[in-house]
Amino acid sequence: MKISGSEIVLECLKKEGVKHIFGYPGGVVLHLFDHIYKDKDIQLILTRHEQGATHMADAYSRSTGEVGVALVTSGPGATNTVTGLATAAMDSIPMVVFSGQVPTMLIGNDAFQEADIVGITRPCTKYNYLVKDVQELAYTIKEAFHIARSGRPGPVLIDLPRDITAAMTEFVWPAEINLRSYNPTFEGNRWMIEKAAQMIIKAKRPVIIAGGGIISSGASDELRELAELSGVPVTTTLMGIGGFPSTHYLNLGMPGMHGTYYANMAIQSADLLVAVGMRFDDRVTGKVDAFAPNAEIIHIDIDPTSIRKNVDVDVPIVGDCKRVITVLNSVIRGEVSNQWEEIRRAWMRQIDEWKRLRPLSYNYSPDVIKPQYVVEKLYEITAGEAIITTEVGQNQMWAAQFFKYDKPRTFLSSGGLGTMGYGFPAAIGAQVANPDKLVIDIAGDGSIQMNIQELATAVIYKLPVKVAILNNRYLGMVRQWQELFYGERYSHSNLDVVPDFVKVAEAYGAVGLRAEKPSEVEPVIREALKVNRPVFMDFVVDWKEKVYPMVPAGAPIDQMLFDKEAEKDDKKLKLVK
Amino acid sequence: MMKKHTISILVENKFGVLSRVSGLFSGRGYNIESISVGETLDKNISVMTIVTHGDDIIVEQITKQLNKLIDVIKVQDLYETDHVEREMVLIKVSPKIEQKSEVLRLTEIFRGKVVDSSQKTYTIEITGDEKKIDAFLELMKPMGVKEFICSGKIAIAREKK
Ligand SMILES: Cc1ncc(C[n+]2csc(CCOP(=O)(O)OP(=O)(O)O)c2C)c(N)n1
Ligand SMILES: [Mg+2]
Repeated sequence: MKISGSEIVLECLKKEGVKHIFGYPGGVVLHLFDHIYKDKDIQLILTRHEQGATHMADAYSRSTGEVGVALVTSGPGATNTVTGLATAAMDSIPMVVFSGQVPTMLIGNDAFQEADIVGITRPCTKYNYLVKDVQELAYTIKEAFHIARSGRPGPVLIDLPRDITAAMTEFVWPAEINLRSYNPTFEGNRWMIEKAAQMIIKAKRPVIIAGGGIISSGASDELRELAELSGVPVTTTLMGIGGFPSTHYLNLGMPGMHGTYYANMAIQSADLLVAVGMRFDDRVTGKVDAFAPNAEIIHIDIDPTSIRKNVDVDVPIVGDCKRVITVLNSVIRGEVSNQWEEIRRAWMRQIDEWKRLRPLSYNYSPDVIKPQYVVEKLYEITAGEAIITTEVGQNQMWAAQFFKYDKPRTFLSSGGLGTMGYGFPAAIGAQVANPDKLVIDIAGDGSIQMNIQELATAVIYKLPVKVAILNNRYLGMVRQWQELFYGERYSHSNLDVVPDFVKVAEAYGAVGLRAEKPSEVEPVIREALKVNRPVFMDFVVDWKEKVYPMVPAGAPIDQMLFDKEAEKDDKKLKLVK
Repeated sequence: MMKKHTISILVENKFGVLSRVSGLFSGRGYNIESISVGETLDKNISVMTIVTHGDDIIVEQITKQLNKLIDVIKVQDLYETDHVEREMVLIKVSPKIEQKSEVLRLTEIFRGKVVDSSQKTYTIEITGDEKKIDAFLELMKPMGVKEFICSGKIAIAREKK
């Protein structure tokens, strides 16, 4: 029996186990939308902007490990997905975006709502397709899902000309995908792993740096075993947060620009770095020539291009984090001896000393709400049982520093691209995927306005996401840089008029709450968690607050600035060497 | 140290592959000195020869990044491999009358061919490696070179004896 391209798309999605699509209609995808209308198994969540749809699909994926799916129309619909694709690409998130395209015959004619989206998205997708023949459609979709989720995951775009959606053909679901030119390496080189094991065993001052690869390969149990087996402290990058329990005694928190004092000091003093599923982003390394100057480096990553890209490594291991660490653990287990505790005792004592010297801190005030206090309270009241999404800016860093994440896939944040406007649609996408979990977007007053229209989506689909706006009336992170590095010239970082977020929430049919004093923070959070509806919590916070520690751009990561007020004994910001 | 590398890449003969490869170079700030693309015996596979330069770390990244492209089947950096390289140039010269025979003589020495001639000009085809072509060009300069066009380089590894 012949069926249309549109029906083939839906059949393929079902074969891939897709239950939700985030989308927005338009001329060239009407045929497909017509079939979605008739379909009972797949739900389309109508967003209010295509960027929202892509971030929702992205967070659907981040929170579950499934491939998120979005569907948009041609031209402006397609171009609106670019930020979402780039966000997912930078963070290696599997996602498939279908974009409508003008009919095959018109492609290249500057037809109405035509955009060369395959050309535009080539550098910000893992792969993309223009389907030119309906007979290739099923194979293309299966291949797209395979590419999106395998190896180093990433977003894939499929451009569907209108005539392809209407063309009829037999539906054949391909038995398998055969891609001779794409064979990611999963198993690490055994010899290298043995060598790495020996280095870990012998190291006196080892540190593990774990990144997003731990989460995408599902290696958090293995990582924990590795750390515990060999008594090695772990620092998780922004993307690795949740990959190793925040409350674990070996956790050092986040490294890098706004990393903890003890993570950065440990890296700079280490004699061995075990980097797993991370790529030495400049926000992590600071001045790269001065990064971990005394350490030998073992680098485990599925993407060979990540290795030796930014830093030289001594033992490169290309492979899937979970499989490599499993083998590594089995080698180390054979060698376990309690001497290591001896060998490492001085190191652990040093780390404890750093932790005691400069814990993450801020200066609590009874008069004005400190943003960190809000994040701490959120953690306390939820007992950490929540999926946290973030926007970008100070809010993101405080969410990373002051909430604690003991499970993977509970901290969803745009790391690589740093996309303001990510967190709110991400919260909605995560809520669709996890209807029974509490989902909170820790937001800034600037970022929330970038996709605030998605409040309609949350209200209409009854998605009870909570948004904690750390409202400092500023593009706070920009202001922080201007204060510290641009002579306090606050060029265009003052948002002057922020909308009344309580009224905005109410206008959309959501709940709006406000806290202006520290004493109101807890009641507002409790109230928000009580109502089973989307809530905006407007926390009017101290606009002067800055994120510390801070490594100035381009400085070595042990040259950190600290909060002069939180450190009462210091009169000035001081550089610690 | 910057070195010149000739990289041979087998790719799926698909729509858009050339722009994926060239986009990789431009997007990551690598340089392409020349590029040539052609079919292979298997019409589903094309071969690209790219001449680029960079230090060891850059070239290692280039080959890894190329390998990472979904449509790339095989990447071979010919720098370390004994190989044969060829490029072809077409040169249009308009020698003075007394230079004409010298042009023809040099063309013969370099095993070139005159592929077109008019009252005032000769168009000469010449193939060889870069050195040979540079040498020929140098000799032609005094002969009134009017136009000059060069193919990209193609290269093939020598069979091990
Ligand atoms: C789409 C986008 N535009 C610009 C930036 C640059 N940027 C980074 S942080 C920031 C300020 C964010 O302000 P807000 O959301 O209020 O967060 P705060 O830092 O005040 O917590 C800006 C403009 C960005 N990251 N993303
Ligand atoms: Mg702000």
